[in-house]
Amino acid sequence: MIRFSAKCAGLIPLDLAFEVGNGEVLALVGHSGSGKTTILRSIAGLWTPSQARVEAGGQVWLDTNTGVNLPPHQRQVGVVFQNYALFPHLSAARNVMAAMPAGSPDKRTEAERLLDMVNLHGLGSRKPAELSGGQQQRVALARALARRPQVLLLDEPFSAVDRATRDRLHSELMALRADLRMPVILVTHDMAEAQALADRLVVIEKGSVIRQGPTAEVMSDPAALRAMGLRELAATLPARVVAHDADGLTHLETATGPIWLPRLNAETGAVVRVRIMAHEVILARSRPEGLSAQNILPASIIRIVAGEGPGVIVHLSIGGDEVFARITRRAAASLGLEVGQQAFMVLKSMSVARDHIGAVR
Amino acid sequence: MDWQALFLSLRLAAWTVVILLPLSIVMGRVLAYRRFMGKGLVEAVVMLPLILPPTVFGFYLLVLFGRGAPVGALWQDFFGHPLVFSFEGLVVASVIFNLPFALQPAQRGFEAIATDVREAAACCGLGPWRSLWQIELPLAWPGVLTAMVLTFAHTLGEFGIVLMVGGSIPGETRTIAIAIYDRVQAFDYAGAGAMSAVLVGISLFTIAVTYALSARVGRRLS
Repeated sequence: MIRFSAKCAGLIPLDLAFEVGNGEVLALVGHSGSGKTTILRSIAGLWTPSQARVEAGGQVWLDTNTGVNLPPHQRQVGVVFQNYALFPHLSAARNVMAAMPAGSPDKRTEAERLLDMVNLHGLGSRKPAELSGGQQQRVALARALARRPQVLLLDEPFSAVDRATRDRLHSELMALRADLRMPVILVTHDMAEAQALADRLVVIEKGSVIRQGPTAEVMSDPAALRAMGLRELAATLPARVVAHDADGLTHLETATGPIWLPRLNAETGAVVRVRIMAHEVILARSRPEGLSAQNILPASIIRIVAGEGPGVIVHLSIGGDEVFARITRRAAASLGLEVGQQAFMVLKSMSVARDHIGAVR
Repeated sequence: MDWQALFLSLRLAAWTVVILLPLSIVMGRVLAYRRFMGKGLVEAVVMLPLILPPTVFGFYLLVLFGRGAPVGALWQDFFGHPLVFSFEGLVVASVIFNLPFALQPAQRGFEAIATDVREAAACCGLGPWRSLWQIELPLAWPGVLTAMVLTFAHTLGEFGIVLMVGGSIPGETRTIAIAIYDRVQAFDYAGAGAMSAVLVGISLFTIAVTYALSARVGRRLS
């Protein structure tokens, strides 16, 4: 459990408080310059706000009121830096061992166990320069865990790798979560990433919280989305993988019907969360025919929210799961959409990007 | 061939390196990482020996080390012999005029370490000492090594300051560079030539060793 609060003016103003429970993943999201990274640095002790309090695992690390301010090396944190910051002169195993407390028994074996855990079996003797970006990121994660941290801090940890690697790292981190007993704080500006990985979101603008709450709830809040840019409005729809078809599509089953998406890296029977962007959804009053779009799901309209511009956001229920459609006010009027009506949601298979699908925990 | 002068020079160079090694690590690190009031002034003062004529610099040191100045008087009270025209005086002068040669490369070496790597060391639980030994020194080592080699070579060749502060007392302050000058003054070109050749040999050897060592460090890092 970690508690954080800060209030300070200046170049990077902060005025917020939050807490993260053990095993919980909190994502700090916001534009660059919003203060996300500064919060992580304050927790790690690399920066001291003029007024702040940090308490982790029952121990006070920083309290500007009482003058407590532990230096970083006395705070039991694990940090994955944006560019990993591996020690270039040490092998992967030695990088991990460097983070173990002096005098820990059997450092070598423990380092190998951690490297196995992040799928780097047998690469312990490589130098960072001999590893790919994704592999370096895994070493950084193993090193952060080697200290048995009270809190794991991830500063845009996936921003420096290509998209395919990012997908793989995401699912590996999801798999690791079961073993992580400490609070995890993830800083990201990638909404898909936050949605796929985090239990809770804290949306930050100019150092203050605009909105915080469970991921699904925050993702449907217009005010929070404005801070991210409205185009990011999206929902996650749970679906079960039924089969991988020969033509490269994967057949999934949702609460109200089948959908087909580009081939997924998930086993048959696995439940995944499909991120559906509001602006990609087409609405129809009756089941359309002769359409290239493969995915047509029955839905009921639960809310219609007018935006500031020419658009409206239609909240749909698909067997109890909420999905959004962003359409024009004119389209909504000509279709005569009303709350309580039945409608059909149309979605192009190709409009769902691969990294918009996360595993369900 | 004045072997005594050669060994005196080597002894002087060795002492200078021994004193400047820890000093350049501590000061180079501070100048590389910290920002403080008057940092520019400190850097400028340290660089002075590079631009001042050695005789001018030597003259000021001579005055400073003399009995009339607090430093010289204190030394005499404490050790019972004057600082000027002594081997100790040469060592002190040598440390001061080598500061830019020792500090600059060491400072650059520490500056080359990425900030987030140092922060990662702290976040891995490494205190300042462990961070210095395990992370910073191995990474800044090429810079520190260059600093020490430059200091060593520069001390062997320094002439003006040594002459001003030490004079030319055989076995005490007559270094190889002074000895060569004395031979030339006495028209002993053969002796001067032999000693010069030895000095060239030592310098070449030092540089070669440095290159070999930094190539090894370079391989270790890549």
